[in-house]
Amino acid sequence: MEILDRISEMLQRGDTGKVSALVKESLTENIPAKQVLDGGLIRGMQVIGEQYRLHEIFLPDVLLAAKAMYAGMDILKPSFIKEGMPSLGKVVIGTVQGDLHDIGKNLVGIMLKGAGFEVIDLGNNVAPESFVETARKERASVIGMSALLTTTMPVMAQVVELLKAQRLVGTIKTIIGGAPVTKEYAQEIGADAYSFDSADAVETVKALVKPA
Amino acid sequence: MGKTDRRYCVRPTVRFLDDKLIKKIITEARDVLKKLGVEIHSDEVVSMLQEHGAHVDKKHVFLNEEIIDKALKTAASSFRLYDVLGNETHHFIDDQVYFTPGSAALNILDHKTNRIRKPSTRDYIRYAKLVSRLQHIASQSTAFIPADVHERISDSYRLFLSLLYCEKPVVTGAFTMEAFTIMKNLQVAVRGTEKALAEKPLTIFSCCPTSPLKWSDVTVQNVIDCSDFNIPVEFVSMPLSGFMAPVTIIGTLVQHTAETLSGIVISQLRKPGTPMLYGGSPAAFDVRYETTPMGAIETQMIDCAYNEIGKYLGMPTQAYISLSDAKMLDAQAGFESAMGATLAGLSGINSISGPGMLDFESCQSLEKLVLDNEICGMVLRLVRGAKPKDDFPSVPHFEELLKERHLLISEHTRKFLRDEIYFPGPVVDRANRTRWEAEGASTLSQRAHDEVERLIGEYEESRLPDTIKKELVTLMESEAKEYGMDRLPDRF
Ligand code: B12
Repeated sequence: MEILDRISEMLQRGDTGKVSALVKESLTENIPAKQVLDGGLIRGMQVIGEQYRLHEIFLPDVLLAAKAMYAGMDILKPSFIKEGMPSLGKVVIGTVQGDLHDIGKNLVGIMLKGAGFEVIDLGNNVAPESFVETARKERASVIGMSALLTTTMPVMAQVVELLKAQRLVGTIKTIIGGAPVTKEYAQEIGADAYSFDSADAVETVKALVKPA
Repeated sequence: MGKTDRRYCVRPTVRFLDDKLIKKIITEARDVLKKLGVEIHSDEVVSMLQEHGAHVDKKHVFLNEEIIDKALKTAASSFRLYDVLGNETHHFIDDQVYFTPGSAALNILDHKTNRIRKPSTRDYIRYAKLVSRLQHIASQSTAFIPADVHERISDSYRLFLSLLYCEKPVVTGAFTMEAFTIMKNLQVAVRGTEKALAEKPLTIFSCCPTSPLKWSDVTVQNVIDCSDFNIPVEFVSMPLSGFMAPVTIIGTLVQHTAETLSGIVISQLRKPGTPMLYGGSPAAFDVRYETTPMGAIETQMIDCAYNEIGKYLGMPTQAYISLSDAKMLDAQAGFESAMGATLAGLSGINSISGPGMLDFESCQSLEKLVLDNEICGMVLRLVRGAKPKDDFPSVPHFEELLKERHLLISEHTRKFLRDEIYFPGPVVDRANRTRWEAEGASTLSQRAHDEVERLIGEYEESRLPDTIKKELVTLMESEAKEYGMDRLPDRF
């Protein structure tokens, strides 16, 4: 559908005004909101994500596109009142207790949101219980943890232990990241995944929530 | 004839800002502090600033002109550091420069495998021994985190090892509020009393504000704790241009100035005269890779420029500038480090942090440290500049040259050879090709490694009295016990 192509294109250009106008227009043309979301907004973001991963575009381009997407989603929201805004899944994200480094975590959060996930950001210095409690209450499918200090990495293991104790492993998946963290460490503590940057995080979380 | 009034001895200098621009940046930074304030996560500090007349709105503290001026008035323009034996090693004043290794790496680059790994006690001891032999590295830093002790003591443990194995003063920092006490107690053990420690500072603590314009509970507590014991602090503000700071160098400088001024206010109002370095570790954020490049030329320009602002405010300075983002000891590692070190030297940054460091401040390499020691040696030579040394009148020198056909053994040569020309160690290849081939056609990496081993082999034990060493061990052991470690790793 031509209008959806244009939404995707304007989103890729980061043109919030045009995206909003086109989303409104498509609703008046009675195109189903779900179709506008998937075929216009999410599709545009996928292109952006891929281009970013290949270094064809830079971070600001991605963030501009994401901003345009949020604007489009705001207009679609009322149409989803009943069934709720469709999302790829809920991710609870935070920097672990004792650690204040939140720049990388924020970036990952922004990119996940841009890709269509619902992101609950607990901020920094987050206690292990808080990750698990929030994920349970919110029925999140993924917990994302960030640690930048050697001293705070073990908190990630505590979260995994808590999930084990509450028999939530498998129901709630875990992904970890941050400069001192490695794939091997993720395996060692029993986390489900590791990722090294925001574009890769999106792909990895997508794979995590895919039904087996 | 050129100008006749030019002084003979010129310290080579590089400048990025003129006084007018510096004043403007400071005025803008003060405006930011007055109108937007700083967020401070410490009730104690917030009420202290309130008592001094700052306007407070919950955690937000708005710093007015008077408060900032009051703090600047007591900021020392210089201070000294002393080694574990109490000998003076540093005088941070004017354009005097000193190098210190990059601090707090997550990993060490293993020479054998050329891969990173988590460092151990053994690695740390080798590092401390090596630093004790490196002539152009004036202080130690707690360069990485031994992974074979409990995380909660990993910051104090590296200071413990440093004090035990190397005499040089230490640039360090705490990861938590609690760690400060043991880190202070270790220092008091070396000096004898708190008073003696206050009189002869042994360490510098890095304390980081969180960009933009925020102080966390941990780091602000470290600032006031240091004030209480007269332990010097270096403020390490890290604005990331284009991401967590304006994209321009000048905009980043405004933010860096505001954040650093807020640190100065907290430190000086807690205890006037606490020694401070006007420091930082800003970076021009790379929006392609989501990284904080320390080797970027813009990063280095920001460092040099804020150093000028610090000097203008009358304080000694520090920067994270002679390091690289390369992953191994390659050409990038060399050129980024050398470029930074050279600019830093020419700028007169008093404490230049970075040697040994790779990979965005996350990896230390002993081999790189040995190479960087040579870069530092050359920079130290560079800043001594060119000055006449019995050169005039010139005619007698040339008469001698014409007569003898060389000056290799002239009195003038013998008198000034070693002072005038810096001879690097074997890491820097100066052999002709045939000799280089005959001696094994070694690579830089091999030579650096051989040098690491040679220097560690030459290590001489620290002259810190045994009684004090024992006391350090007792202190550290009891700290380790608190975290369930019955014994410390073997030290061999
Ligand atoms: C910026 C910075 C700071 C800023 C943080 C500002 C903020 N709001 O976050 C400030 C100045 C506050 C700071 C403070 C400190 N810091 Co700091 N900091 C850094 C630095 C230079 C860059 C980190 C960064 O933001 N990178 C850019 C982002 C985009 O990258 P990233 O964080 O790696 O995240 C990416 C990936 O890792 C991944 N990722 C990250 N999280 C997650 C999570 C998930 C779920 C996924 C999937 C992926 C993922 O994707 C991200 C996007 O690409 C690092 C050096 C380094 N190499 O990391 C040191 C570093 C981490 N800090 C260090 C230290 C020591 C400290 C302090 C203790 C210093 C002090 N004494 O005051 C304090 C910490 C206090 C505390 N308790 O937390 C050390 C750590 C040492 C160690 N062995 O543990 C480092 C390595 C530097 C050094 N050598 O000294 N720091």
